[in-house]
Amino acid sequence: MTTSEKSASAFISLAPLRRPFLSKFLRWEWFLVALIALVVIVNSRLSPYFLDVQNLFRASSDFMEMGLMMLPMVLIILTGNVDLAVASTLGMTASFMGLLFNNGLNIWLAAGAALLLGVAAGFLNGYLISRLKVPALVITLGTYAFYRGMAYVMLGDQAARGYPASFTYIGQGTIPGTPIPFSMVLFLVMAVIFGLVLHKTAFGRYLYAIGNNQEAVIYSGISVPRVKVIIFLVSGLMSSLAGLVLAARFGSTRPDIGGGLELAVITATVLGGVDINGGKGSMIGAVLALLLVGLMRFGMGLMNIQGQVQSIAIGLMLILSILLPNLPQIFGDQRSRWNRRTLMLLAVAAIVVIAFVWFFSWSRATVFALQGA
Amino acid sequence: MNENTLRMTNISKSFAGVHALHGVQLELHSGEVHALLGENGAGKSTLVKVITGVHQPDTGEIYLNDQRIHLGDPREAAAQGISAIYQELSIFPDLDIAENIFVGRRPTRAGGLVDWRRMYREAEALLSSLGIHLNLKTKARYLSIAQQQMIEIARALSVNARILVMDEPTSALTLNEVADLFRIVRRLREAGTAILFISHRLEELFEIADKVTVLRDGGYVDTRSMDGVTQEDLIRMMVGRTIKDMFPKKEVEAGEVILRVKNLTRKGSFKDVSFELRKGEILGMAGLVGAGRTEVSQAIFGVAPADEGTIEIEGQSVHITNPGQAMQHGLALVPEDRQHHGLVLPMDITDNITLPRLTHFTSRGWLNVKDAHGAAYQAATQMQVKATTVWQKARELSGGNQQKVVLAKWLSTNPRILILDEPTRGIDIGTKAEVHHLMSDLAAQGIAILMISSELPEVLGMSDRILVMHEGQVTGLFSRSEATQEKIMLAATQAV
Repeated sequence: MTTSEKSASAFISLAPLRRPFLSKFLRWEWFLVALIALVVIVNSRLSPYFLDVQNLFRASSDFMEMGLMMLPMVLIILTGNVDLAVASTLGMTASFMGLLFNNGLNIWLAAGAALLLGVAAGFLNGYLISRLKVPALVITLGTYAFYRGMAYVMLGDQAARGYPASFTYIGQGTIPGTPIPFSMVLFLVMAVIFGLVLHKTAFGRYLYAIGNNQEAVIYSGISVPRVKVIIFLVSGLMSSLAGLVLAARFGSTRPDIGGGLELAVITATVLGGVDINGGKGSMIGAVLALLLVGLMRFGMGLMNIQGQVQSIAIGLMLILSILLPNLPQIFGDQRSRWNRRTLMLLAVAAIVVIAFVWFFSWSRATVFALQGA
Repeated sequence: MNENTLRMTNISKSFAGVHALHGVQLELHSGEVHALLGENGAGKSTLVKVITGVHQPDTGEIYLNDQRIHLGDPREAAAQGISAIYQELSIFPDLDIAENIFVGRRPTRAGGLVDWRRMYREAEALLSSLGIHLNLKTKARYLSIAQQQMIEIARALSVNARILVMDEPTSALTLNEVADLFRIVRRLREAGTAILFISHRLEELFEIADKVTVLRDGGYVDTRSMDGVTQEDLIRMMVGRTIKDMFPKKEVEAGEVILRVKNLTRKGSFKDVSFELRKGEILGMAGLVGAGRTEVSQAIFGVAPADEGTIEIEGQSVHITNPGQAMQHGLALVPEDRQHHGLVLPMDITDNITLPRLTHFTSRGWLNVKDAHGAAYQAATQMQVKATTVWQKARELSGGNQQKVVLAKWLSTNPRILILDEPTRGIDIGTKAEVHHLMSDLAAQGIAILMISSELPEVLGMSDRILVMHEGQVTGLFSRSEATQEKIMLAATQAV
């Protein structure tokens, strides 16, 4: 008798799972917010120029091309793939535009052609990946070299320059009457669109599902090849858009334009909490990570810390960001959830303290050294 | 041969306030196969983990040969001669058989060098004592699951296991392999090993076990000699009620032909498969594992299309090259491997149930999460999924409830033709009965069901007609009335 009563009452409910209050703040995004706050506090104490609005906006435009390529990268990494060819696509399409412009074509027509070339480049990536069933890493490693090579073929050792002011506006201009760069507005609008697509559409759910279990998605009647072609195509389009912005900001195009950016883009994505194995992550996390990297670089730049040292700091941060969520597994105790949570909290606290002390003392030392000199 | 007795009394164990076991007792004697029976969640796994030292009981005592022992961790249990073979085998695919047997304990010579010759000699001796003849240098990845299991048994024996726990050893084996396994189990019994044997397949227990202990809801029900009980008795003890009719098959007048498969062929998988499926009919597909039944279902559903042959749905020839097209024709497939093909384990119940028709919950492209949750809630309630909420991750559910989620997922697409591949494998007996009821109801509503099953009683009990396959070809077709276990086995093995 008792069993039948039990089975009748032990049903399912529609209400969301009740999770402990504290666990809401254990999300990666909050950790990034805390780090950003930390970077802002430390930097504003170290340099009076840090909190200057003009400075901040001017510095931000350095990161908008990265941001534009990061948005589709979030979608791609969520599915467990990766696009190594983004910066090369940027280079090829910007060079293509420069070539057309050098040959007398109207800049806007040239820009449109560059965007089309970007779409084609992305489509080729996606098509090869889903058709040949070869890992995206391999295909895009190939097109990484191929597209960059094409950039050199198009422009050789010369540069395209002399773009009209109406075009350079998209990379250099600000919204009239404000210090807000146009490229930042472009990025934010795009970020909102990508965020909505990822979190509020069926397509976004497919991406998470593919990243978690591609086979089950295939069995559910969803065309996984089509989804892959779409995200790589969008990645190509956004890379070429980033190429336009970067060319406009420089006012010229050389075939090596944007070289190495793909790693910065992937770094920001992973730092943003997008699991490199796919299936986990959010758009807001990636945007916060971009902000964090930007603020760190800006702050360190203000203190005349060399670019290479900046890279070391950001590299360390990336390693920590991958290490941190995995600490519990590394230390091996998976027996109780409570333990895992405590360990996680401790790890977060420890990292924050270490980062704070390290950042503070190092920056201070640099400032003293500068003052001494 | 020395006598060994493992006695456990009044074992209780709770996790975070939930009683997993309370007042359970068990007595294992050498030279005895003792079955442990209970529904999923009855406490079998917890008891096994107590025996193997993974968990420590809150109360209760464990005696080995009347000496009280404490099993603090699996190593201590192993030192007492207690070994376990779990469903998830711990085989190293790139090591060879002998290395797998002696993994972590390779015999060494002076100077710490591995004594390879001794290792292979001892491995050979162990395997031949079990009556197994395999090339010891074969890498484990090339062995069948059954062979890998035997390697694990040999590994347990190599550490002088006196008490061997086998957790559902037959769930992934074919009938022939089960027979081989039982031969080995009997040898071990004769050699004086005490064996605790866990299985969901009741028929098997009558074949192999001497005694049976039944658990229900974490409590001890009874220990009986297998001679004195019937299958009915065991089921009653397990569920606390009688399932009078194990197979609630309703007689349904079969309608017109809805699916006609002609000469379906895929090289290396199956050849010239032809059959018809009618509305309201349950067509059972019997055969050994590897007979090509799953491959045929995957071809029909478009996961791996056939090279040749035709598929007709309601008289129309259709060309299905992917599951999306199959769904448009009203097909649904509940796959055999629910963890890899049926579910996205890290996602919640709603996501899983709504995945195939997610676009139905969008308006102007935006996903209406509330609608999706509502629909998933309804589907899950109908299937009586036991979970806290629809927001719970599929990974956190028991096997039976996971299967219910997969069923809910596919039934909510309103299929006309439902393909069920091993719909009740590895799920508890209560859920199994629910699934059988569901199938019967669906057929009564006019849905055509193609059921692949390796469990003969299920095939015989649920099907209107039974199709038998052997090595990729159809070798028999029987009506419900003429089918018997022997006829099906004969066709499935082509043993004349």
